[in-house]
Amino acid sequence: MNSIVCVKQTVDLQQIRIRKETREPIMENVPLTIGDIDKNAVEAAVRLKESGGGKVTLVSAGSEDLEETIKEGLAMGADEAVLVVDRKLDGAESFVVATVLAKAIAKVGEYGLILLGEGSADNYSGQVGPRLAELLDLPLVAFARSIEVAGGKLKAVRNMDDCLEAVECDLPAVVTVLSEINEARIPAVTQILKAGRKPKEVLAPADLGADLAALDQKVQTLANIAPLQERKQIMFKEDADTAVAKLLSALQADGAVGRY
Amino acid sequence: MGQILIFSENDNTGFELVGKGLEIGSATGAAVAAAVFGTDVADRANEYLNRGVKKVYIPGAGKEALETFDAAAYAEALAQITAKAEATLVMMGCTRRGKELAGRLAEKLGAGCVNDVNGVRLEDGRIVYSRYALGGMTVCSQTVVAPVAVVSVMPATFEQAPKVMPGGDCVAVDFSIKPVRVRLVERQAKTTESVDIAEAKTLVCVGMGLGGVEKVALAEELAKALGGEVGGSKPVITDQKWLPEARMIGLSGKKCKPQLTVCLGVSGQVQFMVGIREAKTIVAVNTDENATIFQYADYGIVGDLNEVAPKLAALLK
Ligand SMILES: Cc1cc2nc3c(=O)[nH]c(=O)nc-3n(C[C@H](O)[C@H](O)[C@H](O)COP(=O)(O)OP(=O)(O)OC[C@H]3O[C@@H](n4cnc5c(N)ncnc54)[C@H](O)[C@@H]3O)c2cc1C
Ligand SMILES: Nc1ncnc2c1ncn2[C@@H]1O[C@H](COP(=O)(O)O)[C@@H](O)[C@H]1O
Repeated sequence: MNSIVCVKQTVDLQQIRIRKETREPIMENVPLTIGDIDKNAVEAAVRLKESGGGKVTLVSAGSEDLEETIKEGLAMGADEAVLVVDRKLDGAESFVVATVLAKAIAKVGEYGLILLGEGSADNYSGQVGPRLAELLDLPLVAFARSIEVAGGKLKAVRNMDDCLEAVECDLPAVVTVLSEINEARIPAVTQILKAGRKPKEVLAPADLGADLAALDQKVQTLANIAPLQERKQIMFKEDADTAVAKLLSALQADGAVGRY
Repeated sequence: MGQILIFSENDNTGFELVGKGLEIGSATGAAVAAAVFGTDVADRANEYLNRGVKKVYIPGAGKEALETFDAAAYAEALAQITAKAEATLVMMGCTRRGKELAGRLAEKLGAGCVNDVNGVRLEDGRIVYSRYALGGMTVCSQTVVAPVAVVSVMPATFEQAPKVMPGGDCVAVDFSIKPVRVRLVERQAKTTESVDIAEAKTLVCVGMGLGGVEKVALAEELAKALGGEVGGSKPVITDQKWLPEARMIGLSGKKCKPQLTVCLGVSGQVQFMVGIREAKTIVAVNTDENATIFQYADYGIVGDLNEVAPKLAALLK
C-alpha cells in the first residue's frame, strides 16, 4: 500500500528570539526544519512500508527552501516528494494549504493512507488534516496513537479526551497522528546524502491549476506578540545545601512559601 | 451578523460557550442556539434551554449516524443545522473531537476557522479571537473575514451561563447523512484523576531529568512538603508514562496558574513553559547551567534534582 505524508516546513522554534521593544518574534534567519509531529507521521508511514511494502510520498507546500528541508524526511525512508513551492505558501492559512495539498495529492496516483501530524509545530491548529479529508471526501481518523493496515482496512486507536477508541475504516483514509504513536528515527548522514538523489517533483501552484491570489482570505491575523514575562532570574550555583537554604529564604521573603 | 450556534461534546464546555455567546449576542443582536447530539439529548437540550438558549437542535430521523463520533457525519449534520439556524458563528468546545470536527465543518461551510481559542473579544465591531502560536511563545489575535466563522474554544475559558427561566424550544432535525465510514470497535474509558492540577496553588513539575518512574516519589515528597500537586512535561507522560495524562503541563496539556512552581529536570522548551507562564514564582532545578528554563525562572539551582529535591523537602518540614 502506498502512503502519502503531508509534512510542513517550519522554523526551528527553539531558535526564535523575541524583539524586546515590540515583543514580536524574530523570524529572519531562523533555521528551517520539518515539524516534530510530522516526523512521527513520516515514521508511521515508513514502518507500514517496511512491514507491508508500497511507497511513501511526501507532499509539502511552502517556500523555495523546501527542496533542502524535505531531505530530512526523505532520509527517514520516504521514497519521493511532491513539493508545491511559492513564497506565499510560507505561513499561508490552513484553508489555502489544504486546497493546494488536495490538488497536489490528486497528482500522486494511487494511495491507501494520507498521514498528517495532529498539529504543525508553529501553528498547531490541527485544521489541515480535517479540511483535506473534507476536500477529498475521505474518512478521517484524528489523534491516532497507533495504526495498522490489514485486509484493505485501517485499524487505529484514537486518543480522545476521556477515552481511547479503537476504530476501523476502509481505505483510502486520512489519519492525523499524535507524537506518542512512535519515536521518529534520526537518519544517518549517509541516508541524508542519499536523500538528495531521491525523486522530487517541484511544482508551482499554477501547475496544479491553483491561483493563490484568487483564494479568498478567511482568517486575518491582527497581531502576534509574546506576552510580557518578567522573571527575576536569580541563580544559586553553590553546593546543594547552601543553594537550597538560600532558595528557601528567598521564597519566604517573597511570601511564596509559608514560614516554618 | 447572523446567529450564533453552540456545539460541544462536553456540556460543561457547551455552557461556557453559551455564556460567552449570550454576551456577544447582547452586543450584536445575535440569537444563541445550540445543537446536542448523542445520548440523553432531550434532557441535555433542556439544560441548554435553562441557560438562556432560545433554540436547541437535536437529531430526528437519521440520528443513528450520530451515535458514535465520525467527523464527516457530524460535520454534515452541523452544516445542515448551521444553515437552518442562519448562524454565522459556530462556537465549539476545543476537545479533541471538537477540534477534529471544526476544520471539517469549516471546509464544508467555506468558513474561516480558528482553533484552540483562549480569548474572545469584541473590537471595532468585529470579533477577535486569541490563541497561542509558535508553540506558545506568542499570542496571536485573529479575526474571521469569511462570511461564516467556526471557532473552537478551550474548555474552562469562560464562566458557564447561569440557569435562568427556560423560554426556548427544542427542534428535532431530520437528517439525510451518508453512512458512517469510521466504525467504533471498542471504547476504553480513561481512569479519571480526581485532582485538577490547573487549580493547584503549588506545583512540582517533573521533566525527563527525573530519570525514571521510581523517582516520582521524590517529587511527591516535595509536593507534599509544599502542600502542592505533581505535574509533568509531555515526554514524561506520553512517552514514559511516569504520570497520568491529566497531569500533563503545557501546550497540549494543562495551563496552570500556581503561586509557586518548582521544575525539576525540565529543559524549559516553549511548549512546556506556556503551561506555567502565569505562575507567580518559578523555581528551576537543572544540572545544565545553560538550560533554557533558567531564562524563564525567578530562582534557579544548578544541581542534581536527586540531591536538591530531598534537601528542600527536608528543610520545609
Ligand atoms: C506541537 C507540540 C506540542 C507539545 N506540547 C507539549 C506540552 O504540552 N508539554 C510539554 O512538556 N512538552 C510539549 N512538547 C514537547 C516539548 O517540545 C519538549 O520536547 C518537552 O517539553 C521536553 O520535556 P523535558 O523538559 O521533560 O525533557 P528534556 O528536554 O529532555 O529535558 C530534560 C532536562 O533535565 C535535565 N536533567 C537531566 N538530569 C537531571 C538531574 N539529575 N537533575 C536535574 N536536571 C536534570 C537536563 O539538563 C534537561 O534540561 C510539545 C512539542 C510539540 C512539537
Ligand atoms: N504547508 C504544509 N505542507 C504540507 N503539510 C502541511 C502543511 N501545513 C500543515 N501540514 C500538515 O497538516 C498538519 C496539521 O497542521 P496544522 O493544521 O497547521 O496544525 C501538519 O502536522 C502537517 O502534517
